[in-house]
Amino acid sequence: MALMNMAKSINLALFEAMERDEKVIVMGEDVGPDEGVFRITEGLFHKFGEKRVLDTPLAESGIVGTAIGMAMYGMKPVCEIQFSGFDYYSFHQLECHASRFRNRTRGRLSVPMVMRAPYGGGIRALEHHSESREAIYAHTPGLKVVIPSGPRNARALLHSAIQDPDPVIYYEPKAIYRLFKEEVPEKMETLPIGQSNIVKEGKDLTIISYGASLRAALEAVELLEEEDGVKAELIDLLTIAPLDATLIVESIKKTGRAVIVHEGPRTCGLGAEVVARVNEAAFLYLEAPIRRVTGFDTPIPYFSKERFYLPDAERVVAACRETLSF
Amino acid sequence: MTNYVKYPLKAIPISVQQSLKVVTAMPRKPIELPQIEYMSILDEDAVVDKALEPKIAEEELKNIYRYMLLARRTDERMLMMQRQGRLGTFPQSSGHEAISMGSCIHLKKSDWHVPAYRELAGLLYRGWSIDSTLLYWNGYEEGARPPEGVNDLPVCVPIASQLLHAAGIGMGMNLRGEKGVVMTYFGDGASSEGDTHEAMNFAAVYQAPVVFMCLNNQYAISVPLSKQMRNATLAQRAIAYGMPGIRVDGNDVLAVYVAAKEAVERARAGEGPTLIEGLTYRFTPHTTADDPKRYRSEEECNLWTKREPLNRFKKYLLNKGVYTEAQLTDLEEELDAEIKAAIARTEAAAVSEELSNPLAMFDYLYADMPPYLNEQREELKSHLDKQKAKAGKSPQHASGTAR
Repeated sequence: MALMNMAKSINLALFEAMERDEKVIVMGEDVGPDEGVFRITEGLFHKFGEKRVLDTPLAESGIVGTAIGMAMYGMKPVCEIQFSGFDYYSFHQLECHASRFRNRTRGRLSVPMVMRAPYGGGIRALEHHSESREAIYAHTPGLKVVIPSGPRNARALLHSAIQDPDPVIYYEPKAIYRLFKEEVPEKMETLPIGQSNIVKEGKDLTIISYGASLRAALEAVELLEEEDGVKAELIDLLTIAPLDATLIVESIKKTGRAVIVHEGPRTCGLGAEVVARVNEAAFLYLEAPIRRVTGFDTPIPYFSKERFYLPDAERVVAACRETLSF
Repeated sequence: MTNYVKYPLKAIPISVQQSLKVVTAMPRKPIELPQIEYMSILDEDAVVDKALEPKIAEEELKNIYRYMLLARRTDERMLMMQRQGRLGTFPQSSGHEAISMGSCIHLKKSDWHVPAYRELAGLLYRGWSIDSTLLYWNGYEEGARPPEGVNDLPVCVPIASQLLHAAGIGMGMNLRGEKGVVMTYFGDGASSEGDTHEAMNFAAVYQAPVVFMCLNNQYAISVPLSKQMRNATLAQRAIAYGMPGIRVDGNDVLAVYVAAKEAVERARAGEGPTLIEGLTYRFTPHTTADDPKRYRSEEECNLWTKREPLNRFKKYLLNKGVYTEAQLTDLEEELDAEIKAAIARTEAAAVSEELSNPLAMFDYLYADMPPYLNEQREELKSHLDKQKAKAGKSPQHASGTAR
């Protein structure tokens, strides 16, 4: 076991994956000698050299498009897009190609690649550096989307993503890169894609979240217990596409009430999908409408006001109380 | 193809020419391509090439220097503020003043100025306040609102995307039969984006009156130009698009001035777009979050810092008698006071009710607020009101100032 933060554990996963499989290569802007703007590729260029760690020209579509080519050629590219706010340049390649090659070639070709990108707000970044648009990818058939919430699951999920036979979007909540440390086992581990996790068991209410918002949800769970004596169950989605609602449905059958928390915009966000799944599978168990505590349907404001946009524990607690007293 | 050999200076051989000649199977003729010229007028020791020196009125020279200096001093002050936690992460503009001012000085107010994000000198010249720059990089949307009376777009962070808007504005001018010029800016890194190719091709196909100003500072964060492209110059791409292109010393405001003047005149005369590559150097980090020691040597940085544009232009103006040393000292003091006043104003404005109101995030998303968005606005308002009641004071003050 070693104590490390999430930036380090993602770096560790890249290092381990490159050591065990020479097909794995890392590519992106400034991932070489500069070791990435968040230092996630630290030490990789030094260890594996320029044939495995590619400092690319500044072109997101180029990075993802050529990664698709390499993946079909038999390699395992792990691309880094410097900030998720710039992955719209490459969205076309993902939507029209990465997500479709297996389907349109009737299984003859496939695109086993990973696109990593730091996403989300909370670090006082400049314009276009704080977006949370994971729902766009979750809405794209053929892509898998995973979002870690801490050092241990970040490393395990990245291994699963790299080993996956299909394209995986690996969104890194940058606000928690160095927020806290966690014990990470010596031995390499994976975490199945498509599996959510019960972070804390409870009986009165289910809170569903993922990524950096999980911190606000966790804080809310503690506040509710302290101030209201409420035992909330907290679920971390981890994979938002393909979404497996089994745990959520089981939990709501037990609690009858739920609140979903995410920082991306509300309309057509993950909250909407969760509500629909619960309606389909557990409608008669609901004691109250499911509440969504999310970013608003505006671009995330520049950083002087981002804290009003991002869900915090106070907003989560307020929504939980309304749900509980319905 | 336009023959752009007006300045018979050092020509840069173009590799495509050579490769086109290596044809053996059939007797083919090599395609003659124009060469790319490199122009420099005022060298790093402030020695001026008299044959090429442009005739610029004294007032205009003073104006160019004033805004270059104002941008430099503002940038330096912003760096101090950022280090003190009074400003967010920002990309420094120091070293890029000559390309910015040498080009936008030729614009009329009705022309369009489409910046990337290192053209602070040009923004200030076009009428953007120092306040707006401070607000923008301190996380206030109000800093992106263009001033009245000029046609400017705000700074553009997503690399190269603004070039297409510039091309579109120029196409609009042509479609409406209106005379105007669009001056737009991008870096050497931006040249790799597909948007750059599309913008130049559109502008050329539609003969849009656009001047593409490339600030080639030789680094895209850590990636050097040699890893960004294999061609010897960026300017030579103009040949492929069918537009004139030239490389100039981007630290020499006179060379930029001359090349941009000709490009603007051509655009205004309906002769289409031009690509001007200004060779310069980012002697600062990429942004205040970057550490250049990781990817380049101090020797290289020192060498290029000596070539920066402001000092040589200052010497030129002193030699020419445009300014005396005493006048320059006065100018420094005047600009310093201007910057200090702007900082004081902005820091006071940042905590005002108007600028700190979080509900403003909903105000300008659409021309009319949709009902559902209004519900979300009310939701946030009610949350803030409850917070306010709980804290017994305004939520803005409860959570500190905007820094």
